[in-house]
Amino acid sequence: MKAFAALYLRLDATTSSNAKLEALRDYFAQAPADDAAWAVYFLAGGRPRQLVPTRVLRELATALAALPDWLFEESYQAVGDLAETISLLLPQNGQGSDDGLAYWVEAHLLPLRGLPAEEVRQRLPPLWAQLDRPSLMLCLKLITGSFRVGVSKLLVTRALAQLAGLDAKRVAQRLVGYTDIGHRPSAADYHRLVAAESADEHSQRGGQPYPFFLAHALQAPTEQFDALLGPPSDWQVEWKWDGIRAQVVKRDGQLWVWSRGEELVTDRFPELHSLAQTLPDGVVLDGEILVWKPGATRGALAVQPFALLQQRLGRKTLGKKLLADAPVVLQAYDLLEWQGEDWRNRAQHARRRQLERLMAEYPLAPVLLSPLLEGLSWADLAEQREQSRSLGVEGLMLKQREALYGVGRTKDMGTWWKWKIDPFSVDAVLIYAQRGHGRRASLYSDYTFAVWNAPPGSPERALVPFAKAYSGLSDEEMRKVDAIIRKTTVETFGPVRSVTPTLVFELGFEGIALSSRHKSGIAVRFPRMLRWRLDKPVEEADDLATLQALLI
Amino acid sequence: MDLVIARPEGLYCPPGDFYIDPWRPVDRAIITHGHGDHARTGNRHYLTAASGEGILRSRLGQSIDLQTLAYGERIRHHGVTLSLHPAGHVLGSAQVRLEHQGQVWVASGDYKVEPDGTCAAFEPVACHTFITESTFGLPIYRWPSQAEVFAGINAWWRANRDQGKASVLFCYAFGKAQRILHGLDASIGPILVHGAVEPLNRVYREAGVYLPETRYAGDIPRNDPLLRQALVLAPPSAGGSSWMRRFGDYSDAFASGWMLLRGTRRRRGVDRGFVLSDHADWPGLLWAIGQTGAQRVMVTHGSVNVLVRYLNEQGLDARAFATEYGDEDESTPAGAEA
Repeated sequence: MKAFAALYLRLDATTSSNAKLEALRDYFAQAPADDAAWAVYFLAGGRPRQLVPTRVLRELATALAALPDWLFEESYQAVGDLAETISLLLPQNGQGSDDGLAYWVEAHLLPLRGLPAEEVRQRLPPLWAQLDRPSLMLCLKLITGSFRVGVSKLLVTRALAQLAGLDAKRVAQRLVGYTDIGHRPSAADYHRLVAAESADEHSQRGGQPYPFFLAHALQAPTEQFDALLGPPSDWQVEWKWDGIRAQVVKRDGQLWVWSRGEELVTDRFPELHSLAQTLPDGVVLDGEILVWKPGATRGALAVQPFALLQQRLGRKTLGKKLLADAPVVLQAYDLLEWQGEDWRNRAQHARRRQLERLMAEYPLAPVLLSPLLEGLSWADLAEQREQSRSLGVEGLMLKQREALYGVGRTKDMGTWWKWKIDPFSVDAVLIYAQRGHGRRASLYSDYTFAVWNAPPGSPERALVPFAKAYSGLSDEEMRKVDAIIRKTTVETFGPVRSVTPTLVFELGFEGIALSSRHKSGIAVRFPRMLRWRLDKPVEEADDLATLQALLI
Repeated sequence: MDLVIARPEGLYCPPGDFYIDPWRPVDRAIITHGHGDHARTGNRHYLTAASGEGILRSRLGQSIDLQTLAYGERIRHHGVTLSLHPAGHVLGSAQVRLEHQGQVWVASGDYKVEPDGTCAAFEPVACHTFITESTFGLPIYRWPSQAEVFAGINAWWRANRDQGKASVLFCYAFGKAQRILHGLDASIGPILVHGAVEPLNRVYREAGVYLPETRYAGDIPRNDPLLRQALVLAPPSAGGSSWMRRFGDYSDAFASGWMLLRGTRRRRGVDRGFVLSDHADWPGLLWAIGQTGAQRVMVTHGSVNVLVRYLNEQGLDARAFATEYGDEDESTPAGAEA
């Protein structure tokens, strides 16, 4: 546990990827395989289900620290993280347990799940008493399932690949499914991750998908595109779909559908099940699942709003009516495997050509071929991009014609750019604030925003809340806003403060829909602060009519 | 009668007709210590602890009208017996003891209960009413031992030196910087300081506090290899300024009690955070309050509401005093001097 805690502190102390990579390599070079197996699991985002209910943890910690409940709550509000709060309040032990991570997880922590609260209360204090503060915080983060340390799966992959002298793609492929909930990694699993490559490895992968290749955001003025990207002819240009990124895997007569989080979602999309019969074996398609307008003519862009897809995902069972009202299609745009062979190291245009052939040869009803856009110049493409909103897409995708299919958000094998349209935006008023977590802990940094419900001059004019946002401000701005919130507080309800409305922000968001769950009658997607409108008085913030006009 | 009340100008003693650390100009001001939020310019007469004279004059001007008292020395003013006692916060810091008609009040200013070798150690003073600060008034604040913190700073410096990197440690120029200098292992390498730190070092040295040899960082040429072995002390305001460029590839750290929390540490954006404070931690506050034997406690700047409520639950008569020291409301780790 100590060694893993030391790694955690090293990773937490730096923002440099190289320094993190070095820390990871150092750790894995000396860690016993069973500890390393769990370390990979947690660092790559694996999370066992919550082992102990939060309430039990709180009560136990409050009792051990001999504090009144309210003081525990005040402490938690200041720290912004439950595991850290408890580690700061419990009696301290300078020594620290020398038992390894694997032993702690398997012998001490996992057995806690499902135990009666009374039993947990007996077991935890002697365990906690064995840990120094960093190990204790880590242990608590593992118990609450909140372990996170600013390391991406990709970085872990690179560290292991460097250490084992393997291609990072190979390691990434082996890591697929490694962090599934319920998986208990063993020393043998770790050895498999870093083992030398074997000839039959490719054929043993069952229904596993490939790690997804992700796009970078393109945020430059169009005039600079020629200099940045070269001519449009070097690029494959498509619509950027607003759906669920998915891989469809067909092997050995079976079909699997995977979402970007490497979650198996085959059951959620019965429309795609016919592909088990129609797709040839040894094929992996990459594309986007979208709700498509029922009865749309072939070739028409009939994307339905993301909200409909979301509704489908929220349902436990998919009724006939829902399937009829909100059927899905797969807009296929890449071919990762063909005739059982990994095609990721072939150029984008070669994969596309083969995908087109495949689509021409086989009748794949629920699969559409994501169309290519033609443009003689970037200005021409920029003009086509202007239609995005009315077509229900998010903008354009630019894929280098020579790009290989990389792992995650890499650029070393060619690049995918997402060239999104500007978000919707309105000027809204900050009315409630709450302290944040993590980096924003103890600062009032999570805000609720409102717009006016009537035009200026109306007698009943009031502010109605419609969105919450916490990202988009610089640290400096956040500090200033925090100070203003403290000065203008009207009332405090638990952790939330209401303030005299004085602050106006331009809020950006990706989508907007009617909603019966919000007071304003409107729900927005991915709201964030674009800028602080210091120039705008509260009276001049937007009203509900502005939002309603954005509803298509 | 209350010996201290809160007025718009600051904490005021009605029978003595003077103020303690006023934030608006007054006729007579007792200054508990030289930090900017406690020692302000524009007062007509000043009184402070003898060991704080050098600091106060260097900050407020050589010509201020200043009377000093040795710790424990008593004077009478308008029937109030007044004396100053060590607060252990920074050089010259004092608690103010007031006695009038059998009532004793002590105003702590800022204090730290653990001795650090750079200023007289905190001395509990028995009183009926104690005015306490509450900067770190939450039970999450418990300081690691100073030995542990200095071992951490020395190890960080050594590791950077071995990699050929300067170690830039941000800290407040008055108090914290000298405390760090006092505790460093000077055999590791040269110690450089920012221009804001050196004048205060001089005052400390003149007061007989041991500080290792320091050099003004601006005197070292840009490419001197010495820079890559050095520990550099600089105020937080130097971070991100062009002054930093001379150090090339460096590692940075920040020394403050707020560094105990992961969130504040990350927000600072430095490589390392060292938990070192001039203020009492939670156990320190409770210990100090207990030692005074006071039944009545007035709580100023910091976690005022928390400490007031907690002390009341412990059976004391605790109340809040609104002041303009540090931050009023709750801990705002962002810029507070700690």
